[in-house]
Amino acid sequence: MEQNITCINCPVGCRMTVVMSDSGGFLSVSGNTCPRGAAYARQECTLPQRMVTAVISVSGSRIPLSVKTSRPVPKDLIPAVMRELSRVRICVPVHSGQVIIPDILHTGSDIIATRSLT
Amino acid sequence: MIDRNTDILIVGAGPAGLAAAIAARKEHIESVLVIEREKEPGGILRQCIHNGFGLHRFKEELTGPEYAQKDIEQVSELGIPVECSTTVLSVSQDKTVICVSPEKGLQRIRAKAVILAMGCRERPRGALCTPGTRCAGIYSAGTAQRFVNLEGFMPGHRVVILGSGDIGLIMARRMTLQGAKVLACVEIMPYSSGLNRNIVQCLQDYHIPLYLSHTVTDIRGRERLEGITVSEVDEKRRPIPGTEMNFDCDTLLLSCGLIPENELTRGAGIDISAATSGAVVDDMLQTSIPGVFACGNVLHVHDLVDNVSEESFHAGRAAADYVRNGFTGAEYITVCDGEGVRGTVPQRIRIPSDSPVTLSFRPSDVYRSSAVVVDCGGVELFRKKSLIFTPGEMVHIELRPGLLKNLPADSITVRLERN
Repeated sequence: MEQNITCINCPVGCRMTVVMSDSGGFLSVSGNTCPRGAAYARQECTLPQRMVTAVISVSGSRIPLSVKTSRPVPKDLIPAVMRELSRVRICVPVHSGQVIIPDILHTGSDIIATRSLT
Repeated sequence: MIDRNTDILIVGAGPAGLAAAIAARKEHIESVLVIEREKEPGGILRQCIHNGFGLHRFKEELTGPEYAQKDIEQVSELGIPVECSTTVLSVSQDKTVICVSPEKGLQRIRAKAVILAMGCRERPRGALCTPGTRCAGIYSAGTAQRFVNLEGFMPGHRVVILGSGDIGLIMARRMTLQGAKVLACVEIMPYSSGLNRNIVQCLQDYHIPLYLSHTVTDIRGRERLEGITVSEVDEKRRPIPGTEMNFDCDTLLLSCGLIPENELTRGAGIDISAATSGAVVDDMLQTSIPGVFACGNVLHVHDLVDNVSEESFHAGRAAADYVRNGFTGAEYITVCDGEGVRGTVPQRIRIPSDSPVTLSFRPSDVYRSSAVVVDCGGVELFRKKSLIFTPGEMVHIELRPGLLKNLPADSITVRLERN
């Protein structure tokens, strides 16, 4: 099975072709110009991950709180992460760096505040 | 009216103004004052909640608010006053700044040096020649970003994005994650000006189609936007009849380029470059008025905030030097844009130069396996190869001290050369 992806590491944007086994295992990559491309292709085709950033409402504050995942989470969990964020209830004060939800959806990633609200 | 004096006055407390203030204070200038129009310092970073900022400067990927916070904390530790909710009305030739705020009313501040750090603005609908009705529901991508990320409400539910600049791409993802349906991203050029990373992670991840060589040819709706028509364009960007597609949408976001915000600069009578829409500066980032400096997106639109900070540290040091030593009259060479090069900054360099000079410009087209070359009167001074140059990525080259000595002409030309 073949998959075509564009490298995101630099402006060259190599078009790479990844060959996968029927069980979804990584076999080979072609079209990359450097090792960073190969590493990205392998990650992207086996377990694509993304940082998630969003805002949540905070009682006692007119403006929302910006948050991020402390590290990338599997891409297919992004909608579930957003649902969790829409349910969270917190109030002021919040400090930048404060953990809002620890280990969200058992990903090992925390949701942390990226600004302070008083 | 309050009358005050300061050594260095900085207009704008975004990343450029904050970095300039930090650098000036570190050069032991006691009296540094930052004036900011918004309620809080931080500038546009406050609403850029996505991550990817600071990789060069801090060696980690930060969100916009986190990047801003680092500078705000340092400014605070250095005891530099930042006066917020204060709008500068004018900057004059003699470096007198008139500003107004609810708290202090009208103020006249006489400065020994002024640093312009007002940032940039998005190109508005009026500058795009879009057809159709003037209904509600049409916003610049940055305005929508402010609504969603800072004010906490959604400007619409079914969205089309015109232009594929990075802010538009980032907003395609933000609006999707917050529950809107983004129907398409439409780009008039045959390529996107956005980063590959954003095309993949903001459009492809959410199956949002990108229509290259397409533009909006009709906008419908009386009170609120009801729908738009998108057509393919030929190589001269003229719509091709018969290619129309209709989209039912209540929101159109415009992400069609940024323009330096130079109203105050023009008011001061400072020379503006047609290529950058920013001030003409020398290698100290000094404008045509001695003692007035410009840095960050007000000078030329950058891709990375890290580069804004770097440039602004330089402006802060230069202003400090001016306050201590005054204007040291100098001989200049001019810097010209050659083939494939647009908007080189600085436009003038003092000679002889005893410190390295960074030249920045934007390629006017995609150049693969090419070289950036600097010539003077037919003599090649500098050459550097790269796999690719694209209009979406500003090029920075550093000319080492000593390179600009005994030159055969009084101008140098920067150009791209295809292999």
